[in-house]
Amino acid sequence: MTGTVAVEAARGGSVRRGGGHAWVWAAAAALPVVFLAVFFAWPVAALVARGFVIDGAFTLAGVQEVLSSARTWRIVGQTLAQAVVGTAVSVLLGVPGAYVLYRCRFPGRRVLRAVVSVPFVLPTVVVGVAFQSLLTPNEPLGFLGLEESFPAIVAALVFFNYSVVVRTVGALWSRLDPRAEDAARTLGAGRIRVLGTVTLPALAPAIASAAALVFLFCASAFGVVLVLGGASYGTIETEIWYQTTQLLDLPAAAALSILQLVVVTASLLVAGATRARQERALRLSGNPVDAPLRVGDLPAVAVTAVVVGGLLLFPMLSLAWRSLVTADGLGLANYAALSGTTGQSTVSVWQALANSLATALAATLISVGLGLLVSYVLSRRPASASGRRWLRTLDAVFMLPLGVSAVTVGFGFLITLNRPPLDLRSSWLLIPIAQAMVALPLVVRTLLPTLRAIDPRLHEAAATLGAGPGRVVATIDLPFALRGLGLAVGFAFATSLGEFGATSFLARPDRPTLPVVIFQLIGRPGAENFGMALAASVVLAALTAVAMGLAEWIGPKEVNPW
Amino acid sequence: MSVPKLLVAGLASVLLAGCAGPAVPAASSPASSAAPTESHTITVITHDSFALDKATIAAFKAESGYDVTLVAPGDVGTVVNQLILTKDAPLGDVVYGIDNTFAGRAVTAGILSPYTSASLPKGADAYAADDAHSLTPIDYGDVCVNADTEWFTAKGLAVPATLDDLTDPRYKDLLVVENPASSSPGLAFLAATVGAKGDPGYLDYWKALKANGVKVAKGWTEAYTVHFSGSSGKGDRPLVVSYSSSPAYEHKTEVLTGTCFRQVEYAGVLAGAQNEVGARKFIDFLLSSDVQAQIPEQMYMNPIDPDVKLPADWTTYAATVTDPITVPVADLATQRETWIKAWTAAVIG
Repeated sequence: MTGTVAVEAARGGSVRRGGGHAWVWAAAAALPVVFLAVFFAWPVAALVARGFVIDGAFTLAGVQEVLSSARTWRIVGQTLAQAVVGTAVSVLLGVPGAYVLYRCRFPGRRVLRAVVSVPFVLPTVVVGVAFQSLLTPNEPLGFLGLEESFPAIVAALVFFNYSVVVRTVGALWSRLDPRAEDAARTLGAGRIRVLGTVTLPALAPAIASAAALVFLFCASAFGVVLVLGGASYGTIETEIWYQTTQLLDLPAAAALSILQLVVVTASLLVAGATRARQERALRLSGNPVDAPLRVGDLPAVAVTAVVVGGLLLFPMLSLAWRSLVTADGLGLANYAALSGTTGQSTVSVWQALANSLATALAATLISVGLGLLVSYVLSRRPASASGRRWLRTLDAVFMLPLGVSAVTVGFGFLITLNRPPLDLRSSWLLIPIAQAMVALPLVVRTLLPTLRAIDPRLHEAAATLGAGPGRVVATIDLPFALRGLGLAVGFAFATSLGEFGATSFLARPDRPTLPVVIFQLIGRPGAENFGMALAASVVLAALTAVAMGLAEWIGPKEVNPW
Repeated sequence: MSVPKLLVAGLASVLLAGCAGPAVPAASSPASSAAPTESHTITVITHDSFALDKATIAAFKAESGYDVTLVAPGDVGTVVNQLILTKDAPLGDVVYGIDNTFAGRAVTAGILSPYTSASLPKGADAYAADDAHSLTPIDYGDVCVNADTEWFTAKGLAVPATLDDLTDPRYKDLLVVENPASSSPGLAFLAATVGAKGDPGYLDYWKALKANGVKVAKGWTEAYTVHFSGSSGKGDRPLVVSYSSSPAYEHKTEVLTGTCFRQVEYAGVLAGAQNEVGARKFIDFLLSSDVQAQIPEQMYMNPIDPDVKLPADWTTYAATVTDPITVPVADLATQRETWIKAWTAAVIG
């Protein structure tokens, strides 16, 4: 008996269920689809379409020129290398982290879980400067000779994305029924064998989910690449930014956007196929399963300690330390300065923080609301092969906003949302909407593994016992979804707090968010501005840790739908 | 039709509607032939370095009675290109922050409507971007090489003075500049070398700088706060491209006044604005002594009005540049991209 112990009876695809309630799906899917169409597909398509029109006539010339240049393909190669290596390292280091933080019991675990999420929202410009500062010749890690190197970029990408793997995989792992592993152990399998034949196959959908997310983040990384990559390094994302914002060369930008879509779509198809092969109903435990640390956990603990300590905490602590450095020695002067506006900025950092919180709240409401609907639809298992294909397509479509350049979307907004009733170009509302679109894929990827793992027999049993579709959703799907909800809310909120790319295009000087103010501060001369930028980053990081911790803590702990 | 097909059909139809493109609104009549438009709202487009005291903006709101919306979509390049892209349905009424490296492009693209402000201080004509007054100069700043004075004193080395000094082997591996493709001071310094050495002489100069170990950073933040030894970042290079005003914030640094390029920032009424009257009032407001006096501390530039008193730190530490290197606005507009491309090929490879 192998990895299918727990899942034998499910055979997801063959079970026909909910077939008569297609209208329920349609209603649930309509709103998110319209949202995505209006705020993503339309703007992107409209801007790319402009690249094919020169002097009023349709032409492929501009696009062809870009596609035939050797530089373009070097950039594509660098993008792929960066994304593949960044993803591989994040997954390799993140899976042991998920085990330690979600399957082992030790004091301080909750705090540590919150801490690893912090890098995810730190403004890239600050992280770029922090990493760069550690790596320049005069500084602590200067001897490594990594300044402006590929390893430095990969390290920064892992710094940002480690928590995505840890949390996505950990959420499922913590609920994995240990009895299958126990049975395998009883039958004589060693720990390694159990891991390879029972545990990892069961986790594969979550790992594939996390890998797809991280790939998209790495492929479209912008700020950190510009800062750490050095002048000759470029990716599709940085090139789109340059061609669009600096040159307004729309044919070149269109060609690059299409290349980006190809890369992103290909990666989503691979991830989707992997998930489809691996996905099955799992026996999930109602309560988190964990055990005190054992000697056998040592390798995982060692890897996690090195990653968390060296790669995550060291740069963050050096950032915190430098925020305390003032002209008169160590102190809190930089923090005290955050409340002032005199001669520094139009609004104080605390006001910006309030703006950030209000924006994040709106963005979270939108993304979690839509995310629940999308996840519900995507968790269905249609009987027909074509139905499943459509569902996979829909799944991939909702991931696209993560992989497509914020520049393309931002400039697309300008030429599409320009007439009533959708003249939102200078509306504050566009900021949470743009942020929600970036957070939506994360929300879906967080909710979906748990929803998809629901044993279809539960639905059948409920239906047999006379429960209508609404009742089935309320009594079976919703309690399961709620388990992932805390985490989804945390991710959505954190994403919105830290979002800079899309936000910067819509920024309002009289109502800036915290990352925008940090970006402004660090772009000004003088030790005070630099110190304030660091102090504000520490505030943002602390806030994130608290939000993520709260989200996890609020999530229902006792759900027993069995 | 199955449900998923319906969804995709819906998505496709929205997409197709998008591809058809927005109908181009009928060309608005030129401002000169009709009375200027006015409404009770005004949308101001600025670059992302824009900052003014909140009370000052509130005073403008109160005095004009307009509902003011400020939008800052990015750096100057982003702003100008967004305005060009949205020419048919303007993003706002007035723009602030277009500099002389982008001014020619903005004027040629026809996104501006001429206006001559009665508030222009005397002498401001020297900064005019074109004869039609499409743009109104608001402030200027000199982009110059800055030196870490302490570093040079400690080494017993004379601080370099000219562009040519920077290629002297005694100053090998000491200079960090910004990439002109991604940074506005970087572009200004490239313009300085073009102005001083001519085209194509500037490329030979850059090859000499490269041979002397010049370092290229992405933007001002990385160059000044990470690599420059004279800032709180404690980098390892004592020479950096920054502003003539920077020493007002890092007192132990100085400016190489022979290496400066003057950046002028303009405001302009957007062609097709819904509130042309308001746009003009906003430009007058930017020229008012209240705003002009704030510009140094808020935006790190020199006010265009020579009568405005500078902050004490500026008069003590900032350099006065009397004879900056200049390049005609028209040349900047037509040649900028060529220079950047040639520079990239020569310096980055």
